[in-house]
Amino acid sequence: MLNQNRGPDGVSMNRRDFIKISGLFGLGAAAPAMLAGCAARPLPGQGEVVRTPTFCDMCFWKCAAYAHIENGQPWKIIGNDDDLHSKGRLCTRGTAGMGAYEDPDRLRRPLIRVTGADGLQTFREASWDEALDYIAERLKKVEQRHGADRLALLNHGYGAHHFQHLVRAFGSASIAEPAFAQCRGPRDVGFELTYGEVIGSPERTDMEHSRCIVLIGSHIGENLHNAQVQTLADAMRNDVTLITVDPRFSVPASKSKYWLPIKPGTDIALLLAWMHVLIDEGLYDRDYIERYATGFEQLKRHVARYSPEWVYLETGIEPETIRRTAREMAAAAPATLIHPGRHTTWYGDDTQRSRAIAILNALLGSWGRKGGLYNKESVSLPHYPVPEYPEARSDFRAAHAGRFPFANSGVTTAVIEASVGADAHYKAWIVYGTNLPMTIPGIRPTLQAAIDSLDLVVVVDTMPSEVTGYADVVLPECTYLERYDDLRNSGERVPSLALRMPVFEPRYDSKPGWWIAKQLGHRLGLEKYFPWDDYAEVIDWQLKQLGSSLEEMKRIGVKNFPRKRPLYFAPGQDVRFFTPSGKIELYSQQLADKGFDPIPEYTRPESPPAGYYHLNYGRMPAHTFGKTTNNHLLFQLAPENTLWVNPLVASERGLVNGEYVRLANPDGVVSNQIRVRVTERIRPDSVFMAHGFGHRSRKLRLTHDVGADDSELMTRLKIDPLMGGTGMRGNFVTIIKEAV
Amino acid sequence: MARYAMVIDTKLCIGCADCVVACKTENKVPEGLNRDWVVEATQGTYPKLETEFRSERCNHCSNATCVTMCPTGASHHWNGTNIVLVDPNKCTGCKACISACPYDARLIMHPEGYIDKCTFCHHRVEKGMDPACVSACPTKCMHFGLLDDPNSEVSQLLRTRKHKVLAPETGNDPNVYYLI
Ligand code: SF4
Ligand code: SF4
Ligand code: SF4
Repeated sequence: MLNQNRGPDGVSMNRRDFIKISGLFGLGAAAPAMLAGCAARPLPGQGEVVRTPTFCDMCFWKCAAYAHIENGQPWKIIGNDDDLHSKGRLCTRGTAGMGAYEDPDRLRRPLIRVTGADGLQTFREASWDEALDYIAERLKKVEQRHGADRLALLNHGYGAHHFQHLVRAFGSASIAEPAFAQCRGPRDVGFELTYGEVIGSPERTDMEHSRCIVLIGSHIGENLHNAQVQTLADAMRNDVTLITVDPRFSVPASKSKYWLPIKPGTDIALLLAWMHVLIDEGLYDRDYIERYATGFEQLKRHVARYSPEWVYLETGIEPETIRRTAREMAAAAPATLIHPGRHTTWYGDDTQRSRAIAILNALLGSWGRKGGLYNKESVSLPHYPVPEYPEARSDFRAAHAGRFPFANSGVTTAVIEASVGADAHYKAWIVYGTNLPMTIPGIRPTLQAAIDSLDLVVVVDTMPSEVTGYADVVLPECTYLERYDDLRNSGERVPSLALRMPVFEPRYDSKPGWWIAKQLGHRLGLEKYFPWDDYAEVIDWQLKQLGSSLEEMKRIGVKNFPRKRPLYFAPGQDVRFFTPSGKIELYSQQLADKGFDPIPEYTRPESPPAGYYHLNYGRMPAHTFGKTTNNHLLFQLAPENTLWVNPLVASERGLVNGEYVRLANPDGVVSNQIRVRVTERIRPDSVFMAHGFGHRSRKLRLTHDVGADDSELMTRLKIDPLMGGTGMRGNFVTIIKEAV
Repeated sequence: MARYAMVIDTKLCIGCADCVVACKTENKVPEGLNRDWVVEATQGTYPKLETEFRSERCNHCSNATCVTMCPTGASHHWNGTNIVLVDPNKCTGCKACISACPYDARLIMHPEGYIDKCTFCHHRVEKGMDPACVSACPTKCMHFGLLDDPNSEVSQLLRTRKHKVLAPETGNDPNVYYLI
């Protein structure tokens, strides 16, 4: 069957649809002016071009770039060649960054919730002074009545630093980001338990030197984590042996030597079988394990019962394939990477699955080795001198109430729950850059209960995302193209700093995050923590401590620094790991002490009831979750998500490619309508859709009500007892045809 | 005729469409239109599958039927090369070229009333730069250069790698190659 589709995710891009799509843009839309004229338009770049350095904020990767303005109009954004963090290229979303600046639906002015005489609540526009005074007055009351620690910050993104600073200066240490318990938390905790260090972002994977890469449910290429994509492409150019484990024929699966279309939820069994083969056949790195690891004998006994034959019955992966892939990994070791993945909150035993991945890497000797996982390093960048933060009376652990002993970061769901009721711990929130109702499955009722209880909810955002509807006060931040933020300084291969600076003046009445935080700080009597008039002073001071300056960075955008420590372990080097034993902990005493499995166990997942399918979800390259779906450049690429179904399912249910259906889960939740995409690229027991669609906010005029939202169908959540992760993959759906 | 070619490695292309957005922004392509697009072609039955991603655009054919069929001479080969351009001053918007193109590579109507299409970014090529799509592609699977130069990257790739063009039977002699 030949199945041709134009456009990412199989959504057809009709190049002749000018009227329809342009009709979506009202007058005053900020598309670059098409100066009318009958003659040829001048070629691009012939006018007056201004180039300004920045780093991208279309996702969390932070690629350094140059934004270009031609004749005063937004033109293009391209990568900064000197940036090793992004290898000088942007991804699809980064290239479309101007669309974020141009979005006519942006928040324009501060909004305050008011109740009319008829009892109806609405927002009214307010001046910055009024909105900031309003917030400060209520925060002071919270501080007097309950204590400053009762303010929580729920945040995402780099601009959040300004608000983290504000909240800490105020006296709270309750900071949580959905990126932890709803995304990469299990991975980071699993690796920390094993190696004493997290994987971090960017991932410390040395793919450009790998000889064998194993992806388990990680669809790099559909997620466009930039350097991940580029180093995987480098690996492919070097003829890497790629092994992809995915229920779907994902993009990397289509590039792989081995695609293992695993039965959903059985990954731990496969990982244990691989360990079994490596140990059974004596293929593991004996010297590395003896030198660096502890608990090998227990591990060996533990995996003895996970034979490929037994595991085949669970996973559907042939014993011979399990053995052959294990041998491929061993043959390429230590340049073999079992990729740690990123979004890892799947089935509630995710920290244990990440532990299994960590242990498998250890058996192959790949941590600290070329082609495996390298030692990361950042720039030692001094902090601008401000007084020490006051001691907070409690921190995010107050929300965890004794649960989640290995959560090294706040669990957002726990903070939300600890905000419900008159005697709740939290009394006020600042929500920065995170659209909670679409980020956390099934959270809407709890979120509603929490905001009914809280004394104050402030939302800072650039767009009228759903979460703004829960706020008492909405503060419009300007986009990354209109502001300074902290210098980018991530732990990675080559330490580097990158500058984000204003390319444009803030549009409308939006303001930079640093300015908002400072204004609030001053109103709260925290002036000493905000001694700058402009954040440029902070950046300049920091750069000058390192012999550079803001002036220099405005020219070059990115500055690389020499490493101080080697990238890999030297042969035979003594290494002390940051675990309690100082070794790689194959067997974890820490886990045993708290009553958890010291070595990962496999639990059989539930199977879908008759007529239901596994609900699988993921990314599409055109979008960063729901954050970019209203961006006109990206909307044109991928206006909606599609429901992938196998042709067998389609014929059984009489589904036609392109028709709209709805999904229903066993708890009676019915989705928005979504287009069917009939494709062989998915198992018949599963359906798949990209996350980030089905926006309910009417103010997002392009994307409102378009496509379906996977997260609202997830009503059966499996919480990871180790760190509070929200397991999202144990959900099932059935397909309802639309009445014709 | 100097021959410029684009060589795209389908083994590396991930179908991300960065090339589409890069073209739209570089060339200020009007809302709702684009000069390049991405095709996904899947063959086989689960679980024995092959999927190919291809970034497509005008093939800048050496023997371009759109140029032959254009009644006003608006469609032309630029500057003694194979790069096919449309002169907006001469184009009457009659659409003869649209039906003449075997690759469906011509946009209908720029809102200002002329036919618009991929230019191989000749405004960049003139300055010795790669086209915008080629420079943006995050997998670096796109290559651009002169076929007349045996040492160019494109010539070397075509010498050493298996490749194909789309619809060779038309006799248009296209200049976008796909490594397979
Ligand atoms: S990966 Fe893409 S969206 Fe993310 S920061 Fe880089 S260019 Fe921007
Ligand atoms: S940018 Fe490159 S990898 Fe992405 S679709 Fe275009 S050609 Fe393929
Ligand atoms: S060569 Fe230039 S005009 Fe043609 S598709 Fe690429 S970016 Fe667009």
